[in-house]
Amino acid sequence: MVKFLPLKQAVAENLNNGDSVAFEGFTHLIPTAAAHEAIRQGFRDLTLIRMTPDLIYDQMIGMGMAKKIVFSYVGNPGVGLLRRARDAIENGFPRPIEVEEHSHAGMANAYEAGAAGLPCAVFRGYRGAGLAEVNPNIRSVTCPFTGEVLAAVPSIRPDVSFIHAQKADRKGNVLVEGIIGIQKEAVLAAKRAVVTVEEVVDTFDDLHPNLTVLPRWTIAAISVVPGGSHPSYAHGYYARDNAAYLEWDEIAADREKFQAWMKANVIEKGADDFAARVEHLRKAA
Amino acid sequence: MSDNRTPLGFTPNEMMTIAASRALKNDDVCFVGIGAPSAACNVARLTHAPDITLIYESGTIGTAPDVLPLSIGDGELCETAVTTVAVPEMFRYWLQGGRISIGFLGAAQLDKFGNINTTVIGDYFHPKTRLPGGGGAPEIATSSQQVYITMAQSKRGMVEKIDFFTSFGHGEGGDHRKRLGIDTAGPTLLITDLAVWKPDPVSKEFTVVSLHPGVTRQQVQETCGWVVKFAEVLDETPAPSELELKTLRDLQARTKAAHEGTGKGKAA
Repeated sequence: MVKFLPLKQAVAENLNNGDSVAFEGFTHLIPTAAAHEAIRQGFRDLTLIRMTPDLIYDQMIGMGMAKKIVFSYVGNPGVGLLRRARDAIENGFPRPIEVEEHSHAGMANAYEAGAAGLPCAVFRGYRGAGLAEVNPNIRSVTCPFTGEVLAAVPSIRPDVSFIHAQKADRKGNVLVEGIIGIQKEAVLAAKRAVVTVEEVVDTFDDLHPNLTVLPRWTIAAISVVPGGSHPSYAHGYYARDNAAYLEWDEIAADREKFQAWMKANVIEKGADDFAARVEHLRKAA
Repeated sequence: MSDNRTPLGFTPNEMMTIAASRALKNDDVCFVGIGAPSAACNVARLTHAPDITLIYESGTIGTAPDVLPLSIGDGELCETAVTTVAVPEMFRYWLQGGRISIGFLGAAQLDKFGNINTTVIGDYFHPKTRLPGGGGAPEIATSSQQVYITMAQSKRGMVEKIDFFTSFGHGEGGDHRKRLGIDTAGPTLLITDLAVWKPDPVSKEFTVVSLHPGVTRQQVQETCGWVVKFAEVLDETPAPSELELKTLRDLQARTKAAHEGTGKGKAA
């Protein structure tokens, strides 16, 4: 049953060295605070899974925490490349990293199959695509009814998934709204799920019946971290900090600059520092 | 329209975006790639195609942003959309389900058969440059009924042989798509900053059908890495109208103001 915990404890209780872990969020509601807590606790040999590894995976890879990355778009959204991830893939710095690359369709289907308890996902994809030649996990099956050859990928079932959401009620049910991405599937596909939220409200009694609510018994732990998805945004709370994404391009371009930035902004900071980072973005939300 | 930036009153990039916008129709359902395609699609919506359905891969269907999104998942896309669906639904029901008439893509590297590379420069396992990768593009390229491509010309970008097949166009040309069981049309239009290209009906090689105003055949060849084929009857692309130029420039000015106004110096 879900527990409300300080973020430090929620991460310590649910993440282990060597885990496969998804910190999901499709441009919106990126669980930055949870990722920074994982960085502070110094986990090693993680398999990092995410459709769009952006700044947080660039940071975790740059800190040497990842042995493998599973992804479908390794870019800084709207800006360009991820320079720490590039350094790891191109130069093996700070350590060599194994790469498993898919398309968005492949990852989305694989998460959905994980949530559905299936061993693999079947879809029409990767036709003529070079990825099918370099990723041994992209295979095919033949439809037993029509004979059509379809793509098959193993389902994604992380040891633990982290997401950020707008709110929880006092019982621990969680609401996600706006661009909901792959968050629901990431939670239901994982062995354990940890959710950071902007706030806790008394009840969800007045919600529209079709909104995306994750029942409390699907979640291991909830931590209240206002601003916890900065520099991405939380629909209804604060806007995206586009300037921070542009600045990251410069910070991550240089190994020493990166380390200095991580020390000042992650290692020596805590979950409570996020609220102030979104203060100037609240009116714009 | 008076403008002193170029002798013609518009830049090659403006001509590219506007020519691309004209290819879109009011009843199109368009899966929008970020960057140049996004600008073209929104100019179309703000000029001749007000009811066009624009879809971004973040799940926003029928979106109408006031400024161009920096990423495919900006909040305004959701706020102005008819509906926002989860990412698996986006790719399964809407794209794979055959609901998209036009997939609009950009490219880092392109060959003459409309195959696109946005994955690596160099060898995949030992890349010289690791690019972001395909994202939604591999399936956009094969599940959309047609694919339009837009990019500025350069010898680095338009190459004889791409380093990696991120998104399949016409492969080696001819009926290569059909042989792989792909039953959609694939790339049917390429719009660059210099010309409009269409695939030859048989070989599927992109052929220049229209030069933008003031552009010569030589300029097209000098900025392209393969030997360019020109149509027997070569048109001139109509210059941007005042409305088209004003719409594009206003959109870009609003976008610039919006993206600069979100704060500086904060921790990421």
